[in-house]
Amino acid sequence: MSAEATYYDRRGIMGTLGRDGLLQIILIANTIIMLAPIVIMVFSAFKTTPQIFQSPFAIPDFTHVGNFLKIWTQTNFLRYLLNSFVVTGASMVLILTLGTMAAYAIGRYQFTGSTFILMFFLAGLTLPLKLAIIPLFMLMRDLNILNNQLSLIFVYTAMGLPTTVFIMTGFIRTLPNELEDAARMDGASEARIMWSIMLPLVRPAMVIAAIQNVVPIWNDFFFPLVFIQNDDLKTLPQGLTTFMGEYTTDWGVLFSGLTLSAAPIILIYIVLSKQFIAGMTSGAVK
Amino acid sequence: MPKLRMTGRGLWITILIVPPLVFVALFIVYPIVSAFAYAFFDWQGLRRGEFVGLDNFWTVLFVEPYRSWTVNAFTHNIVVFFALMVLQNGLGFILAYALWRELPGARFHRVAVFLPVVLSTIIVAYLFKLFLHPLFGVVNISLKGIGLGWLAQPWLGQGSTALWSLIIAQAWHMVGFPTLVFLAGMQRIPGEILDAVRMETESEWVKITKVVWPLVAPSATIVFTLLFVGAFNWFELPYIMAGLDGSPYGSTDVLGLYFYRTAFGNVSSGQQDFGLGSALAVLIFIFIAAVASVITVRLRAREIQL
Repeated sequence: MSAEATYYDRRGIMGTLGRDGLLQIILIANTIIMLAPIVIMVFSAFKTTPQIFQSPFAIPDFTHVGNFLKIWTQTNFLRYLLNSFVVTGASMVLILTLGTMAAYAIGRYQFTGSTFILMFFLAGLTLPLKLAIIPLFMLMRDLNILNNQLSLIFVYTAMGLPTTVFIMTGFIRTLPNELEDAARMDGASEARIMWSIMLPLVRPAMVIAAIQNVVPIWNDFFFPLVFIQNDDLKTLPQGLTTFMGEYTTDWGVLFSGLTLSAAPIILIYIVLSKQFIAGMTSGAVK
Repeated sequence: MPKLRMTGRGLWITILIVPPLVFVALFIVYPIVSAFAYAFFDWQGLRRGEFVGLDNFWTVLFVEPYRSWTVNAFTHNIVVFFALMVLQNGLGFILAYALWRELPGARFHRVAVFLPVVLSTIIVAYLFKLFLHPLFGVVNISLKGIGLGWLAQPWLGQGSTALWSLIIAQAWHMVGFPTLVFLAGMQRIPGEILDAVRMETESEWVKITKVVWPLVAPSATIVFTLLFVGAFNWFELPYIMAGLDGSPYGSTDVLGLYFYRTAFGNVSSGQQDFGLGSALAVLIFIFIAAVASVITVRLRAREIQL
């Protein structure tokens, strides 16, 4: 008891406050640094160019939406947004479908070469595919899908499969056998067992795999840069470069373009921050 | 697990496994294997010429002006890696430690620090490019506003500050990632260990260096390796902020830009050389694979099993 008391006495309440206080100051300062650029971006989106130059920190008149109207009516922005939805959506459907198929086969059945096949998928985890862009470019040319969104969808699908197979196989292996065996006794086909019994159980793993893949695909710039030339086929990050080049002097429009591009993912992130953090760090956290 | 005994089971497994395998084989394995093969040939535009052995490798490593370009870009990648090691991973560790204490508002701070991570690099790069504009950027306007006008610089326009500006932008973009990976590592440290430590020492420094740091070693292994691979693949941010030539005067040139420029040509000169580009890709690839394996093995060795 007395030892306990001296322990706290020696440390002192100020010592505790000082340490936690310092950490709290670090956190608050960091949060300000993290949010300030985004806040300035959103504020500037509602200002005219002279206003941005004169008072970059002032709170704007949020009813001034002239910049957004300009983007809406004078640029290809909506087209880029739609393209990003199409490419990301199609890639995600393929990744989750094919990834679940492979993971299910590897995780639920014993067959010769299953370990080798898993290793084959996992090899794709660590390889930086950017460095293979020359052969990929030639491959897309030979397949006649350069300047076609299929080229993006195929590359994204292949890139997403390793992580998805990795996450899903681990999860599918943990599922109990009883349900499956019972259904098999009742004469259900393998396809029916997979579809009706096992798939509803793997949804949590699918969400993690989906989030881990959807953010890099939505944000990717490198592959469209190489594969897509036609302005009507560009995705949002790539379209942004076209747009930023056209409006170099109209800073109000530039900031509102950046704000509009960032808005979808920021809004979804704010609602689902827990799932985003879990999904995006899942490859690095065991 | 059931053995391969039912009729049609083999067919069913084949149906499941072949389509995903085809995707990975065609769009990952085949291009990477081909990249190695491409490097040994002479290329005229998109047409493959004759086999030239190691000529392309020799050219990019030892023949001017390629030699200087390679050395210049490689040096910058090294600087970027070590700078981000401190600014991104080091700061990330401190932030994780602060978040770990669950002080009031920790949840909010956690969401805030990860917010830039979900943004596209293109958005981040343009945002900082506008902020760092010499005349109208918010950075120089602020410096003038608080009487530090003499500090205002053309940040992206001069060799002495350009690369560091990109590094700061990159650190802002990604610091949330190591932060949350470290945080997850800290949260896995068992409570009994922490209680025992509290009995032994009051020194925060001893606690961090002797207990927390060794116990988050698995997280460190992962973020160090990922940062290394990322730093030597760096492309998007310098491409937007500094341009394909790594302006001004190559002071921000990195291997990613140099490789892309060599392979596909740049705006000013349409010259493209798939042979030299592939040789560069292969060298970068081997370098990344070799160093990343060494890092992983060395760091794994110091990880403690709990």
